[in-house]
Amino acid sequence: MEKLVLLKDTAVPMPMEDIDTDQIIPARFLKAIDKKGFGDNLFYDWRYDKNDKPNSSFILNNPIYSGSILVAGKNFGCGSSREHAAWALFGYGFRVVISSYFADIFKGNALNNGLLPLQVSPEYLDLILDRLSTDPNTEIEVNLEEQYVQLLPDGHREKFEIDDYKKMCLLNGYDDIDYLLSLEDKIKDFESNRSYVHKTIRK
Amino acid sequence: MGKTLFDKIWDAHVVHAVNASQEVLYIDRHFIHEVTSPQAFAGLRDRGIGLFRKDQTVATADHNVPTINQHLPIEEPLSRIQVETLTKNCAEFDVNLFGLGHENQGIVHVIGPELGITQPGMTIVCGDSHTSTHGAFGTIAFGIGTSQVEQVFATQTLLVSKPKKMRINIEGQLSEGVLSKDIILYLLAKLTAGGGTGYFIEYAGEAIESLSMEARMTICNMSIEMGARGGLIAPDQKTFDYIQGRDYAPSGQEWTEALAYWKTLKTDSDAEFDLEYTFQASDIEPMVTYGTNPGMGLKVTENIPSGLSSSKQESFSKSLEYMGLQADQPIQGLAIQNVFIGSCTNSRMEDLRIAAKYVQGKKVKEGVRAMIVPGSQQVSKQAIAEGLDKIFTEAGFEFREAGCSACLGMNEDKIPMGEYCVSTSNRNFEGRQGPGARTILASPLTAAAAAIHGKIVDPREN
Repeated sequence: MEKLVLLKDTAVPMPMEDIDTDQIIPARFLKAIDKKGFGDNLFYDWRYDKNDKPNSSFILNNPIYSGSILVAGKNFGCGSSREHAAWALFGYGFRVVISSYFADIFKGNALNNGLLPLQVSPEYLDLILDRLSTDPNTEIEVNLEEQYVQLLPDGHREKFEIDDYKKMCLLNGYDDIDYLLSLEDKIKDFESNRSYVHKTIRK
Repeated sequence: MGKTLFDKIWDAHVVHAVNASQEVLYIDRHFIHEVTSPQAFAGLRDRGIGLFRKDQTVATADHNVPTINQHLPIEEPLSRIQVETLTKNCAEFDVNLFGLGHENQGIVHVIGPELGITQPGMTIVCGDSHTSTHGAFGTIAFGIGTSQVEQVFATQTLLVSKPKKMRINIEGQLSEGVLSKDIILYLLAKLTAGGGTGYFIEYAGEAIESLSMEARMTICNMSIEMGARGGLIAPDQKTFDYIQGRDYAPSGQEWTEALAYWKTLKTDSDAEFDLEYTFQASDIEPMVTYGTNPGMGLKVTENIPSGLSSSKQESFSKSLEYMGLQADQPIQGLAIQNVFIGSCTNSRMEDLRIAAKYVQGKKVKEGVRAMIVPGSQQVSKQAIAEGLDKIFTEAGFEFREAGCSACLGMNEDKIPMGEYCVSTSNRNFEGRQGPGARTILASPLTAAAAAIHGKIVDPREN
């Protein structure tokens, strides 16, 4: 997993609420057996028209907006558990998604792939969106170590919450699996001390 | 203070607390399918490790299997590769596979309960958000991403934070013609598509208790559509009766022990929830959706709202434009071109029986394509044994083979651009059933009625 420590970049606004993972990456693009190439199909049905030509009214096709930060409306990433959504956003080049609320599974998937789901207050989200609409070149600084996000150049900032363990993982590029593998003895102890054990499936 | 059902199961599965919020949770059952597992198997291969507890893992092929001619090789090359990859991975890692052609193959959330693999008190995960279905048996069941599939493969545990607890009570009895699908669409309309985020829901109350196991599964299935991690219902005699005698259910002495444990699985009377709602069953009517998320629903007798709160206005307008509908318009009478009865939400025997009873002796309206896709080979076999396939085909329905099908259009069962589909599935997202497809979620009864009339009607009156 890639590390994320400090990021200063421009951003792409997508103020709609309830953006679901079927929009982020439609189901017909889930047929790969590796993690590569999903960025090409990010938001495909919004990005391209029915003839597969770029849809000029969609924000990712608007040359005024660019950057590795996506700023989205509430309840981002709802719906399907497909981790392909996180792979697609990361593959496209996003490193941070800012919203006032993230769907649970998406949030976990993002964190497992070095993509920071950064939750801000609804008021701060409105402020960022407002700023981006007046000045598309607005830079946003995300400081994971210090847990704040700020608008540049005026420095209007907000602190954000992140689980200590997840923060450590992101800062160092660690994923959960190494940690869980290190707990093998504890897991075996747990198994041998259970009061009620569900039998295994194989007959 | 007493414990909730959720607490009892959760606490019995905590292997280790990492910090105040992250815990290592033991997983009893892991279901996998072809779409979200290949990268997890590749991860194991890269690490040079195998499955930690392969006997607690079950695989099936469901998401992109064709629903006709399943005995032939899959035509679409990418789907074929994905299904073949699952077969190869299961052979290499020695995983139980109910693959295409196997008598137990079917939608993962249909076969788990049907085979007796899903049992009260378990933790169950799958790389699929509708894993919440299994909560109907009093389990903590939730969808996970592919990285987590790999974690469960490697350690039979997951690193997770404990969600908050919500209880939803449905008091009283449902009216005639109102099904469990209507309950969950009603709850979604009341609480919105994000209303359950951060919570695990327990469904309770007289109306829930009086539901069959299959009807309970429909409700738990769509918990995720509220953003909840999952939803569960306390196991009772109906649960035990459903499980007893199934292929993978305990028997003999094991059954007696299991039953004694399962009977302890209920919320204590003095347990507290972070949030609690109570609704009256008598207020629930047949429901449909009009927008592009499952929270955008209304009673079939109502008009589409004039608008939503200001922050949702952009989504609302975009939704109506996509759906080709107007604010304030009645939903009844809307002409539809497709009907899909299937998916992990509504593809079980009861769903098929309800639809068959309605359509028997009637004909699908000319110009409407209507599909029945059973949830599993076993459902299909049973439906044929009961003669339901004949009722459907005589009425003009296609009776297809088991799989996820038009719920998400990963196979060839797609809804054409711009056409309406009354669907018993779980998501009406833009493009969910195919690019440009317009999905209207409904119960199997409302969907069957729409097929016969060629438009949205109130199934109680038509």
